Amino acid sequence: MKEVELNTTTINFGPQHPAAHGVLRLVVELEGEVVQRAEPHIGLLHRGTEKLIEYKTYLQAVPYFDRLDYVSPMCQEHAFALATENLLGINVPERAKYIRVIFAEITRILNHLLNIPAYAADIGAVTPFLWCFEEREKLLEFHEAVSGARFHAAYFRPGGVHQDMPEGMEEKLFEHFKTFPIFIDDLESLLTNNRILRQRSVDIGIISKSEAIEWGCSGPVLRSTGVAWDLRRSQPYDAYDQVDFEVPVGKKGDCFDRYLVRIEEMRQSISIINQCLNKIKPGPISIEDNKITPPKRNQMKKSMEALIHHFKLFTEGYRVPAGQVYSAVEAPKGEFGVYLVSDGSSKPYRCKIRAPGFAHLQTLDHLSKGHLMADIAAILGSLDIVFGEIDR
Amino acid sequence: MIKILTKIDGINNILENNNLLEIEFEKNNIIKIFNELKDKTELNFNQLLDITAVDYPSREFRFDLIYILQSLTKNKKIILKTFIKENEKIESITNIHKSADWYERECYDLFGIEFINHPDLRRIMTDYNFEGYPLRKDFPLTGHTEVRYDDLEKKVIYEPVKLTQEFRNFDSESPWEGMENKLFGDEKSSDDN
Repeated sequence: MKEVELNTTTINFGPQHPAAHGVLRLVVELEGEVVQRAEPHIGLLHRGTEKLIEYKTYLQAVPYFDRLDYVSPMCQEHAFALATENLLGINVPERAKYIRVIFAEITRILNHLLNIPAYAADIGAVTPFLWCFEEREKLLEFHEAVSGARFHAAYFRPGGVHQDMPEGMEEKLFEHFKTFPIFIDDLESLLTNNRILRQRSVDIGIISKSEAIEWGCSGPVLRSTGVAWDLRRSQPYDAYDQVDFEVPVGKKGDCFDRYLVRIEEMRQSISIINQCLNKIKPGPISIEDNKITPPKRNQMKKSMEALIHHFKLFTEGYRVPAGQVYSAVEAPKGEFGVYLVSDGSSKPYRCKIRAPGFAHLQTLDHLSKGHLMADIAAILGSLDIVFGEIDR
Repeated sequence: MIKILTKIDGINNILENNNLLEIEFEKNNIIKIFNELKDKTELNFNQLLDITAVDYPSREFRFDLIYILQSLTKNKKIILKTFIKENEKIESITNIHKSADWYERECYDLFGIEFINHPDLRRIMTDYNFEGYPLRKDFPLTGHTEVRYDDLEKKVIYEPVKLTQEFRNFDSESPWEGMENKLFGDEKSSDDN
């Protein structure tokens, strides 16, 4: 028998590694320093969200969505709210639609403000991290102002949003987004033409158009290959058909293109928010049906009917007609979808969460083949991996 | 589009439900159907978004197996559905859609549905050496085992779940719009009297 000598080394990367973006365990097979195979082991953060949701009412399920992709909480609530509304057959008021779009876009900026510097930090830059966190804090104050929480907002609920924006919020947002583009310019002056960033990201982790579609990629990863696919444009939901924006696309589909797409998306988000602020009008912020949204606090003091509605809503919840639906939103990371099956009771029979990161991480083996070990960190960073949503 | 879809062999039932097509298909024809859906230029469903299942323990065909496909050129999403029994296997579609790899692994892990010709059918979400299929309806919400760090043994150990209080699943469902059966002694309450 012929003896074959293998010159490969197998190393274990993670689950505790700063560049693993959470709890990713990678088994990497190296020949010298060149990656032959990278096999992700996921599930270390699996919390059984889908199972838990089956035991909760529709309203109680909302907070679980904040905890999936914990850097872009509101976009995920959005998908669940849309799915539930679709089954209930209700249409939310105009103002709620605009508020949702404004906050979905703030969430997108928040997400990119974390991903871009984290990616830069993975390949050597520290300053953007400090800068972006300061900006994130300012945006999180808007989150806090409307929902009371910086991250786990539970703000987008089936039927509308939880409460109206506080007085003067629109002006504050407007003022803030006047100066924010200057920050993006500053950030770009640190990164875009930086020699080290370019050397570490141009032509690294290239994915072609057809491969990206084949692997189920969406969001900035798909757009970086040149496919102008954005659910906000192609299958608009809420008020996205009322606003004008551009869909940035890349050329090569490498790490650098993904970075550029995200930078440009932030600029487009600002434009969307400004348009919404110009168009938003006073009005109700959730449907006025006390079978689905709770009555006002002062009504409850006077009306027995309101009190009963409140009690029934927060114990039994509302019943959702039997049926199935798949609703997807363009979350900052890509297509985030909720497949919801109702059996006519007040709890979902099945709630499947389609996380964009799950599909993206699957491509890692393909993307990193033939690159150096150090490039794995760059590729992971550019895919925008968050384990809350991948492991669910 | 519906016309073209009905011509494909093995597609039984097509429902249009607010901009979403729900299609039931024959599980034996799965490879052929998915190939046609992908390759026919009028359809071009080139992206597989998700594979999942729904468990109905009381039915003979216990699982609904759901495939969600998207056509980027036609801007359309479809849900494909087939029914399978508990110990039945189904052909893997990894040769048609690469992304099916992890989706099928997840389905196998959480529901115990086996896919024939899958390149690497292992558990993906659950712990190493996990037993049981968590998303089946007969799997308890609390699970069977819990882990903790044992200071004496200096390692993480597995133990059966101990609950200080029985798991309570409140069934708060009661008639929302008032009861249909009249209560005893309440016969005269309605306007008819």
